[in-house]
Order: sequence, then C-alpha cells, then structure tokens
Amino acid sequence: MKADIRVALVGNPNTGKSTLFNVLTGLNQKIGNFPGVTVDKKAGYTKLPDGRTAEVVDLPGTYSLYPKSQDESIVFSVLADRHNPLTPDLVIVILDASNLKRNLLLYSQVADLKIPVIIALNMMDLAKKSGITIDVNLFAKSLGVPVVPISARKVDGIDVLKTAMSYANKVALQEDSIDVRSIAPQLIESISKELNLDNPYFALQLAHQHETLKFLSTEQSDKIEALEKEHGFHSQKAQGSETIARYSFINDLLYDTVKVPDTAQDETLSNKIDKVLTHKIFGFILFFAILMFMFQAIFSWAAYPMELIADAFVWVQNSLHHILPAGPLVSLLVDGVIAGLSGVMVFIPQIAILFAFISILEDTGYMSRVTFMMDKLMRKVGLNGKSVVPLIGGFACAVPSIMSTRTIENWKDRMITIMVTPLVTCSARLPVYTLLIALVVPNKNVWWLFNLQGLALTGMYVFSLISAVVVAWVFKFILKSRERGYFIMELPVYRMPRWNNVAYSMYDRSKSFVLQAGKVIIAVSIILWVMASYGPGDRFEKIDAKYKQQQYTQNISADQLNKNIASEKLESSYAGVLGHVIEPAIHPLGFDWKIGIALITSFAAREVFVGTMATIYSVNGNADDIQSVQQKMHQAKNTQTGQPVFTFAVAFSLMMFYAFAMQCASTVAVVYRETKSWRWPAIQFAYMTVLAYVASFVVYHLLR
Amino acid sequence: MRLSQLEVGEKGIVKEFTDLEMSVKLMEMGCLPGEEIRVDRIAPLGDPIAINVSGYQLSLRKREASTIILQ
Repeated sequence: MKADIRVALVGNPNTGKSTLFNVLTGLNQKIGNFPGVTVDKKAGYTKLPDGRTAEVVDLPGTYSLYPKSQDESIVFSVLADRHNPLTPDLVIVILDASNLKRNLLLYSQVADLKIPVIIALNMMDLAKKSGITIDVNLFAKSLGVPVVPISARKVDGIDVLKTAMSYANKVALQEDSIDVRSIAPQLIESISKELNLDNPYFALQLAHQHETLKFLSTEQSDKIEALEKEHGFHSQKAQGSETIARYSFINDLLYDTVKVPDTAQDETLSNKIDKVLTHKIFGFILFFAILMFMFQAIFSWAAYPMELIADAFVWVQNSLHHILPAGPLVSLLVDGVIAGLSGVMVFIPQIAILFAFISILEDTGYMSRVTFMMDKLMRKVGLNGKSVVPLIGGFACAVPSIMSTRTIENWKDRMITIMVTPLVTCSARLPVYTLLIALVVPNKNVWWLFNLQGLALTGMYVFSLISAVVVAWVFKFILKSRERGYFIMELPVYRMPRWNNVAYSMYDRSKSFVLQAGKVIIAVSIILWVMASYGPGDRFEKIDAKYKQQQYTQNISADQLNKNIASEKLESSYAGVLGHVIEPAIHPLGFDWKIGIALITSFAAREVFVGTMATIYSVNGNADDIQSVQQKMHQAKNTQTGQPVFTFAVAFSLMMFYAFAMQCASTVAVVYRETKSWRWPAIQFAYMTVLAYVASFVVYHLLR
Repeated sequence: MRLSQLEVGEKGIVKEFTDLEMSVKLMEMGCLPGEEIRVDRIAPLGDPIAINVSGYQLSLRKREASTIILQ
C-alpha cells in the first residue's frame, strides 16, 4: 500500500498510544524492523476523510527525546533524520490529560524540532472525573498547534483527529517553548554552521546524541565531538538545565490553561487495590495463585486446540499421501515440509494463551506491581523484577516467553533472562521425561502419598529452576552492560484490560512466531528428512535388493518386512551414519548410536525424541504410541554385552542431556529474532550443549 | 534528609540531587526541585519503594531514592 503522508505517534508510556494506534489502523498493521537497530517497527494505514491514505508509525513510548533504553533511542533518530525515508510528515503527540505536566516535557522537545505537530489529548474522561478542567482552546492557542481531545478506549474524537490530520500543515506552526540557544550558545552556533542546520534544538540534540546516531558520518560525529571539547560542553548538565527550563515553561502554560482541584486527594482506588495486591503475605500468595492459574490454562486450555491442529495435519498428510503419487518430491512435501509446519502450528494455542494473559496483566497494571515485588529477589541473581514472567512462562514454552522479555528495558537483564529461559522445563520435555522415567523408575508409592515416578518428574522441574537461577548468576559476572541499571518506573493506575488490545496481542505474536520461527523449523525439517531418507553411495539399493531375496520375505508379514527395511535404511541413512560417527563422543554418556540419532533429530524439537525412538525401534502400529515404544526400549539390548540399553544411569543421563541441551530450533530462531544477531543464539547453544554434556557425563558415572 | 529515609505516608519537598545522571532521569519523570513527594508504599522485601510525585506513582530502588535530598 502506498501512503500519501507519513504520521508518527509519539508519547509517554501508559498514555494509551498503542490503543490509539490500534483504533487508527485496525488489523491493517505490520511489524517490521527499523533499519540497523533491534527495535520492532509497528506501522499501519488509515484512511483520512479527504480520501488520502496515511501511514501511521507507532514509536516506542518515552519520557523524553534523551533515550534511556534501546527502544527509546529510535524516537529521536526517526524524527530527526531528514534523509530517512521513514521521516514523518506529521507527528501526533499523545498526552495524558490527567497528567499533563510530565507529558508536556516530551511534547515541548518534539515541538522544538519544528516538525508539524498535532496534540491528541487522551483520557479526557479520567481528567474530568478527578476534577481537572482544561481550557482546550487557550491551550491550543498558546502552543500554536491543533489540540484534539480524544478518548482512545471509547473511540471518542477519532474522526476529529483524522480531520485534523488531513488539514495538517506542511510547515510547523508551533510556538517556541524555551530559548534553546541559551543552553549552549556558541556550540549550537558552531554545529549549525558546520552541518548547515537551521534548527538550534536539532543542533543541540546532535551534540548530545551524535555518538549513537546512524545517519551522521564518522567525520561529522568527530567534528561535533571536537566542537564539544572546544566549548566545554557537559551533556548531562545541559540536559538538566534544559529539563528545568522546559518545566518552568510548562508550569506557566498550565497555570493559565488547567485547573487542578486543590483539595488533598482521597486515597485512590488504585492505592486500596495495591494494599492487597502488594501485601507482604497476600501479595505473594496471590501472585503464585495467578501464576498457577496461568500455567494450568496454558496446559489445559491449549491441549484441545493443539490436538485439533495436530490431527488436522495428520489428516492432511494422509490425504496428500493418498491423492499424490508416491515419490521423493511428495515425500519431501508431506513428510518434510508439512510435518515441519505442523510442529510450528501446534504451538499457536499456547503462544496465544500466554500472550493473552501477559497482555491482560500488563494492561491492568498488575505486571508493574509484580516487578515491584520481585525486583529485590531477582536482582540478587542478575535478573530483574520483570524476568519473573518469562521464567514462569518457560514452563509452557520458551518461545513466547523469550518474546515477552521485550518488556525488560535494561539490556543486560533482558539478555540474561533470554539466556536462561530455555533451561526451564518446557512442555516439549514432558513426553521425553515421562517416557524415560516410566522406563526406569518403579511405579510405587513412598510415604503413602508420594509416587516415585511423580517425585522424579517434580525433581526435574525443580532442578530446572535452580539451574536457571545459577546460570543467571554466572552470566551476571560475564556480561558487561553498556547501560546503567535503572529501576525508575511508573506504576500506572489499575485499569480494566482493553480486550481489543488483548486480541491484537494474541494475533500479532502468533503471526510473527509462525512467520519468523516457522522458516527455520521448516528448513531444519527438510534437512532432517533428507538425512533420514537418503544414504551415501548405493546402500539403500543394496538393502532393497537384499530384502527381495527369499529368505527375508518368507515367514513374515508384509508389514513387518517394511518395518525391517525401514529400520535398516535408517541405520544406513546419513542420519544413521552420523549417529555412528558421533557414537564415540556420546559413548562416555552411556548412549549408543540409536540414541545418537534421536539426539540429532531432537535438535529440531525435543519431542521428536519419542518419534525417532519409535522409528528406530520400528514399533508396530502407531508411531506415537508411547506404550509400545516403551516396551521396545525396555527390551532393547546392547548387541555386544547383552545388557539392557536403557539402564537407570542411561535414562537419567539422557534426561540431564534433555534438561540442558538447546534442542529446539524454534527457540534458536526466536532468540535470533529477538536479539537480531546470531551471536546470542550461538553462545546460548554452546553453553547449553557443554552443560548438557558435563551433566550427563557426571550423572552417568555417578549412577552407573 | 534523604528520600530513602522517609517512612510510608511521610512527605518531603525535593531540594537537590547527589547523582547527576540519576537526576536527569528523575527530573524527566517529574521529580523536580520544589516538588512534593509522598512515600506510598515499600515493596514486601524492603526494596524498591513507591512514591507519589506530581500526581502519579513512581517506583524506584532505595539506592536511587538516596540520591534525592529533601528540604
């Protein structure tokens, strides 16, 4: 779609900016990247009353143009870079009418860049309720910009805002706020002359931010640096005096235009709720109750749709096998691509439900209270109050949890959270653990009520949390942070969740998961299919020829014959060969080549283990029938020693491997997506593999 | 007197800051010299704290609160 004008949405966090964005663009939005930075760009289109189309870009919420986090740094560079194709023709600054003073700071900075501006005065209803009266006309006149009162939640005033957008001027008409030049007169003069600029505030911003701005050349940046030294410019002092000057301008403006009731505020509803929700005892009980509920919901609510999706894919696979002629291309499509796709799609219900919960918790304002309560505890191990949610979500699936770490502003805290989240026992490990525990742990009770198998499983879950915390603590010392850790955070008042936003969030996250992680999973599935379906040289032909001989076809059902052939082909396939190649490496862990194949295929996804075991031991009937896999594995004997393959030591060694190893292509893909670099998934893969190997080795030798 | 020394419910007026970098961030959030601050709540584990400043609630760690000097 081609847009006639480009509009940027700018505002403080918690002002209803995303709600306005959703109202303006509807489902007509897409998430892309800002060039060169790790920030998602949300953009959409809206039709204006005059028939033109406007592209609306939602910029990250920020309190000022001086960035404190990576997200915030994008705001100035988008607004200021005049040669960038993303530069807006018009900026809508959204202000919270019930908290105008702080909100106006950002407005006055944006206005001084002299880009055409419209003010959307949001939450007028809330302001009215608390007795604040705003003289909107005088307010607009003093600032020299159109001011449109709206209520984004109630979709009030949106048409007026759109009309204002279509009548917006091409040149900026706003009044100056403060005397910018007086902050650093000579420096602003020199930079303006050097770079041929006509805007003093732009020149001042360049002095502050030139080191991180991508649109400046190195020479330009060096030149600005030299000018700063020459004029003795101190960035933070200048920011401080600018902020004070702006607030005095704002106080004057508000004195004339806004009346705030003088009466001492009664205890607000929010404060009353907080007395319970952040209570020393009830606060934690309630928090764990909410988590348990969320965890349960992700498991139980998602189970039915996940089954439906899986069944649908099986049906499609079966139908395609019937309709299409057999051949390598059809097999690649059906057993490679579609099988891989089903692996992706099956996670959608879990992702959607997790994000519904997270968006409700965030929307209501409860998430910032969790952060408030847990911060001290989490900080001790190098995490942050906000890491709690992804870590708990990790019990369901690391993929959506890693996506949810975006709420963590501090870079180091976020990276550590991403690095340790995959250690938490996710639902894909469950079938592996259940299978192996059932194989070696007796099904009997100790102390009346504790089932030994249940205890073993619980132990694996607890162990995973402990290992995540320990690894986080280690990373705390390894990672060097460029940002200083702040915890200055707004605690927004409690609100009802906006169900529209919840729905958008579910849709958004599921879509980006399928598109981004899906590509990698499909690629890996295809590679695995090729490796398991072909062998080096003419081995496969020889197997086919061998099983045509009479001594093999006699006294055996056609079904069993096919199983034998498949089993032998797997051993001769590239995957089988690879299994034999890595056997020396995994032998110290107690694994043979067949387990080796399962380990390799499990790097696509952990639950593939069961399926691979099923194929390798060529089970009768349904390949996913765990009972029969279990029986076969139970009977499996080492060909040389005659001892059972799956001893207590081997099973636990294998579980350790699955507890630590990064055997999940989706997680690798999502870590790449979230960090926008291959470095982090590579480091994560490496440290987890090393841990897995060491832990398996130790456990195997201790239990042997 | 520092902000970190206030008990829940007590008020104070901001005089100055001891940390320049922190002060820039705090002032942007509306925590300016001359503003009245009230301590609303302390987190269950003793840190961070929640304060009320210019009509809204802000949470900050005690270490950060100790950089705010009150009148």
